[in-house]
Amino acid sequence: MFKKPIQTPLQKSKLKSSAQRALRNKLVEQFPLLEPYIDEVMPKKGSLEIIKGPEKVSIYALDNEVLFYQDGNEPLVPNLRIVHKFPQAFPTIQIDRGAIRFVLSGAQLMCPGLTSPGGKLPEEGQDIEKGQVVAINAEGKENAVMVGILKMGTKDIRTVKKGVAVEGGMYLGDGLWNLKIA
Amino acid sequence: MSIQEARKLQTTSKQHPSTMSEITEPQAKNVLYCAVCSFPPEYCEFGPSSTKCKEWLQKSHPELYSKIWEADPAAAAAAPVNPATQDKAAHAQAKLEAKHMANLAKEMEKAKLAKIQITEIERTKRKHVTVIVGLEDFGLDMKKTAKELGKKFATGCSVTKRPAGGEEITLQGECGEEVKDWLEEVKKIDGKQIDVGRGKK
Repeated sequence: MFKKPIQTPLQKSKLKSSAQRALRNKLVEQFPLLEPYIDEVMPKKGSLEIIKGPEKVSIYALDNEVLFYQDGNEPLVPNLRIVHKFPQAFPTIQIDRGAIRFVLSGAQLMCPGLTSPGGKLPEEGQDIEKGQVVAINAEGKENAVMVGILKMGTKDIRTVKKGVAVEGGMYLGDGLWNLKIA
Repeated sequence: MSIQEARKLQTTSKQHPSTMSEITEPQAKNVLYCAVCSFPPEYCEFGPSSTKCKEWLQKSHPELYSKIWEADPAAAAAAPVNPATQDKAAHAQAKLEAKHMANLAKEMEKAKLAKIQITEIERTKRKHVTVIVGLEDFGLDMKKTAKELGKKFATGCSVTKRPAGGEEITLQGECGEEVKDWLEEVKKIDGKQIDVGRGKK
């Protein structure tokens, strides 16, 4: 989604505190596991800023740091750096080593990268549904390489083993990762 | 997904058992990022500047370096990878790096050639403005610099759009040489890259 560097100067505007509260609730609703850390992710005091990104993506930032972004009515996707800070708060899947370089060059994540021996999906019965935001880890690595929205339920990924699995993600070194808000 | 379900999923996946316990204060995991490519160091090998990253890590975090880079061959031996695909990957990596280096070199060249043009323009009746063009190429924020200049010379200073595109800083008063000195001293810009001249409106 942010394959190209984001054009500066940015158009940013302050968010109303009511909207900020709503956003906060939505975030907790979307990531129940993030609840204990929500104050650290998004302190009550600070005022959020909304930035218009490419393709009409809304990027939310606090103190010149990107917190998360949203594309239209899609779920909120956290900044990869937040995923690094609170890895336990997000459902995680794993890709094999071979897929890393494709992910880092901005490709959509395809199913074989997840179903091969190096990949990891949640066990049966704990499947993650389509539309969920997931952190994507890599084989032999500690930190996530990408966050994105599942385009297929993990159950389907396991059975179909073909096609796009995750889309609209933020990966290491993409435009959003390199974005500096002055 | 309900909270319970989500919790279950996390406990079973056992990704981060140490952080699972109930800690109240600083909960954020502190992740180190590479100073060269901004990735977590374990991903440097896939980045565009892995050779440099390697040097940096070796210097600043030798422990991590040995963990990440030296354990590599063992891991590779343990997991049999198709040599053809590995070759391909290495090749692509080398290409990426070369491209990145070329880009960097180009940028350096450009930065060397970049110039700041300062022009003193006469307005009405021996009144002047000083127009400064080309500050962006030196990584200066136009708005902030304008404010600083205004404060320094105690005059009006603003950022204006140029008809040719881009932006310039307009400073009231005849301050060409002073601006040049200030830029050299405060912003550490090489005086050779600054041109001062006079112009007409």
